[in-house]
Amino acid sequence: MRATQAKRYAAEVKRKNKKLDQDTIKLITGTADETNRKILRRGKPDLQFPVRSLSNVSYSSKSGYLEIGRQKKVRTLTVSTVKTFAQMLRMMSLSKDLIENNDFATKRDAYYQSKNWGDAGFQEQTESDTVMDDIEAMFSMHKVSREQLRFVPDEHGGAVAGQLIVYDPDIETGAVERIDCTRFGSGAYSIPSSVEHLSFETKAKFVLAIETGGMFQRLQSHKFWQKANCILVSMGGVPTRATRRFIRKLSEEAKIPVYAFVDCDPYGISNIYRTLKVGSGNAAHINQFFCVPNARYLGVTPQDIRDYKLPTHPLKEVDIKRAKDAIKNDPFFQSHPAWSQALEQLLKMGVRAEQQALAKWGLNYVLEEYLPRKLKKTALFLP
Amino acid sequence: MGGKSKRKESSKSRAGSKSAKAPRAVSRSTRASKKVSTAKRSLRVVKGQSAQIELPLNAKERRKQSSLKLVSTEPKTTGTSKLAGRTADSPRVSAETLATKQREISVSEFFTRNRHLLGFDNPQKALLTTIKEAVDNSLDACEEAGILPDLEVTIETLAEDRFRIAVQDNGPGIVKAQIPKIFAKLLYGSKFHTLKQSRGQQGIGISAASMYGQLTTGKPVRIWSRTDKKSPAHYYEMHIDTRHNAPEVVKDEKLSSWHLDHGTRVEIELAGIYKRGRRSVDDYIEQTAIANPHATIRYTPPTGETTVYERATQEPPRETVAIKPHPHGVELGILIKMLKETDARSLKAALMGDFSRVSSKIADEIITKAGLQPESRPKDLSRVDVEKIFRAIPDVKIMAPPTNCLAPIGEEAIVSGLKKRIEADFYDASTRSPNVYRGNPFQVEVGVAYGGSLPAEEPAEVFRVANRVPLQYQAAACAITKAVMGTDWRNYGLQQSRGALPTGPLVLFVHIASVWVPFTSESKEAIAHYPEILRELRLGLQEVGRKLGAHIRRRKREAAETKKLAYIQKYIPQIGIALQDILALTDRQRDKTVNVLTDTLERSRKV
Repeated sequence: MRATQAKRYAAEVKRKNKKLDQDTIKLITGTADETNRKILRRGKPDLQFPVRSLSNVSYSSKSGYLEIGRQKKVRTLTVSTVKTFAQMLRMMSLSKDLIENNDFATKRDAYYQSKNWGDAGFQEQTESDTVMDDIEAMFSMHKVSREQLRFVPDEHGGAVAGQLIVYDPDIETGAVERIDCTRFGSGAYSIPSSVEHLSFETKAKFVLAIETGGMFQRLQSHKFWQKANCILVSMGGVPTRATRRFIRKLSEEAKIPVYAFVDCDPYGISNIYRTLKVGSGNAAHINQFFCVPNARYLGVTPQDIRDYKLPTHPLKEVDIKRAKDAIKNDPFFQSHPAWSQALEQLLKMGVRAEQQALAKWGLNYVLEEYLPRKLKKTALFLP
Repeated sequence: MGGKSKRKESSKSRAGSKSAKAPRAVSRSTRASKKVSTAKRSLRVVKGQSAQIELPLNAKERRKQSSLKLVSTEPKTTGTSKLAGRTADSPRVSAETLATKQREISVSEFFTRNRHLLGFDNPQKALLTTIKEAVDNSLDACEEAGILPDLEVTIETLAEDRFRIAVQDNGPGIVKAQIPKIFAKLLYGSKFHTLKQSRGQQGIGISAASMYGQLTTGKPVRIWSRTDKKSPAHYYEMHIDTRHNAPEVVKDEKLSSWHLDHGTRVEIELAGIYKRGRRSVDDYIEQTAIANPHATIRYTPPTGETTVYERATQEPPRETVAIKPHPHGVELGILIKMLKETDARSLKAALMGDFSRVSSKIADEIITKAGLQPESRPKDLSRVDVEKIFRAIPDVKIMAPPTNCLAPIGEEAIVSGLKKRIEADFYDASTRSPNVYRGNPFQVEVGVAYGGSLPAEEPAEVFRVANRVPLQYQAAACAITKAVMGTDWRNYGLQQSRGALPTGPLVLFVHIASVWVPFTSESKEAIAHYPEILRELRLGLQEVGRKLGAHIRRRKREAAETKKLAYIQKYIPQIGIALQDILALTDRQRDKTVNVLTDTLERSRKV
């Protein structure tokens, strides 16, 4: 029975991926075709991008993340833009090739590919990165991410363990691999740099996103996922694109919540957790793919420091500045009074505490006492 | 310091003036140096000179110094006796022993020791100075005679550090009797006593060059000269008797034939060093050709290849007239001398007759202000009286001196001169109206050459020219350099660091014409920083700067246009390739897209 189910999943994965790729190719050819027609009508074609500045970013409580606004920038094909225009079209052509050949390229790969483009080639990678960023922004308006264009980041994602089966089609043969994340022993599954082609099967109740590798290892080694019926993901600081996208896809497809377990300091709260949940202001046009609106903040909270009498360190200058800035300027914290209060409380206490501080009460206190107790009252999690 | 080129007429030039002025000056000098031994005195002059170099503005002092030097050539018996009397109190040396050591020093002797004052400080410079003095004289002579100059300049290597230079002109020639004095007596010349735009001023140059040659090689200076077809040519070989500042004729021949109908040839052997590049003789000749577009110069350097700088214009420079001194520019010493020597019988007549722009009314005004009588005999005036006149003059408004004494090169001639010598894209020039500093008329001209094969990354080259003579040394001390650096060339599209020359493919040609160019030293290498001169320089530079700026802006626009066109041709095919790849177009469809797009963009560029 498990085999048939796996086959069914594999077929589903293939179908979905094919559809996705077809849509992306259609978008590329559509853009090219529109450009070509405009040229033949003796007009000047143009390409449109969202304006990527903070003035065009707002927090939408409805969607639950930092959204790019409606301001558009139009790049018309003129004498002075003809070079970038040519390079963008050639980059789009490269993307189409990658999709058709079921391959991918990093930014560096793309830069070297351009060396075959003659006059349109890039001198420096910064130039090709800029063009790629433009294309990413352009296609983000059509809900297509850079990973779908087969341009993948260099960095890979974090580690995963727990009640999850990942279906991963082989790039060469197309045969779908079934990966059981409970069977890595004391090791873990590593998130690939692009996760678009993956599908999931799970009966877990939630995803636990953990800031540090050390804490992840403890929970994994003691099979905490078994007891709590969950999936553990290690973020390793601010989560990478791949990690964020993986968690997002997982929580969306499996329709399960994500609980963040990070240090109680302004960096853990306003950088790691905020980025995971609502995305960043600088690259707001991609937040639609990467943020995890389902995420909630398990801990460590400022109140936990009191309740569990955790050992602390004083807040640093930069921590204080970060917290004050978040309260004053960050639309996410501003729209959640609970968060503003928590940050104020932290500032008042003037201290911070790490996840590992729980080890004061015994090394396994965290999985035996702290997490079970917290998980009984999920409604109390910070938004 | 050329100076003696008024050759033909020099016989009737004011031969008497020298001796007439001498006693006066002697008394001044002795007063100034009563307690000083002769050896110390020469030291004093040197010191004065060096002080001057530090303070180039102090041109007034400089003139005084030069008059001090003049003095030492003359007999000094009275001075000596006075001096002896004074030093008698000294316990160690008796006046009598001192008196045995005290004797006249001749100018020639003085300059033997102080050759650097005249531009003979080192062998390389000596070669240049020698040629320069001879060329200056030749050009002056031709101009005064209204002849378009044909010059030949040759440098012949005799040994590694020994050269024979020859400068030959087609000028009016020199009358036989004058030849020895001109080439072998210092401070003998036609120009020192007139206010007129000429290259030479003091009558030191060519004889100093002869002396330098004699000093370093022991060889006499050789002269050929002929005044016209009907007269024979003369050939002289001469030494200078440095003790008595007098020519010593070694050979004096009448030649039955000579290849020129009229003209002069000078040959001097000297120790020197020939180098190429900046401040070389090559550079000097080239710049002389630019500054004198009416002259043809055949130049043969030691390497043996003759370069002919053909004249760029057939028009000789405007004839200039000598002017009388303007009261505002006259110094007390000169005023005293002029009133002593005047032929006028009354003070008023003297003022009106010997100065420019002094009318009857102005003369009355000066005399009244000075509290003197118009009818007093000028020769009877005391020093104190003259000083009263001197103090009264600045309070009287007097019309600026006449400017027909100036002969600018002219905008067209500067441009054609630059065009002939420098490969550039853009040439222009601007001649300012005449102006006056300290009673001396002067005029500034600026020429510019830009672009072409000139080096783009180096500081601009500045050709400094005074009365058509290129200046090679002491650029940093010169008012011209200061004015160029003080002009903001960034306004005109050039690069320039603060307080430096502009950078770019640029040659600036700056000419100052004046009846008396205020050099900072006798070697005539740098122009003093008079505010009036600096101001005119600045205005002239700004004038050509504006023209240059317009040109550079136009160039930049054109370059941008060309770049855009190249852009189109380079990248539109790339758009074609990309569209073909994505849309699977045929080659024909692709080419059509490329052609239509090229057409659209080129059309939009023109609109």
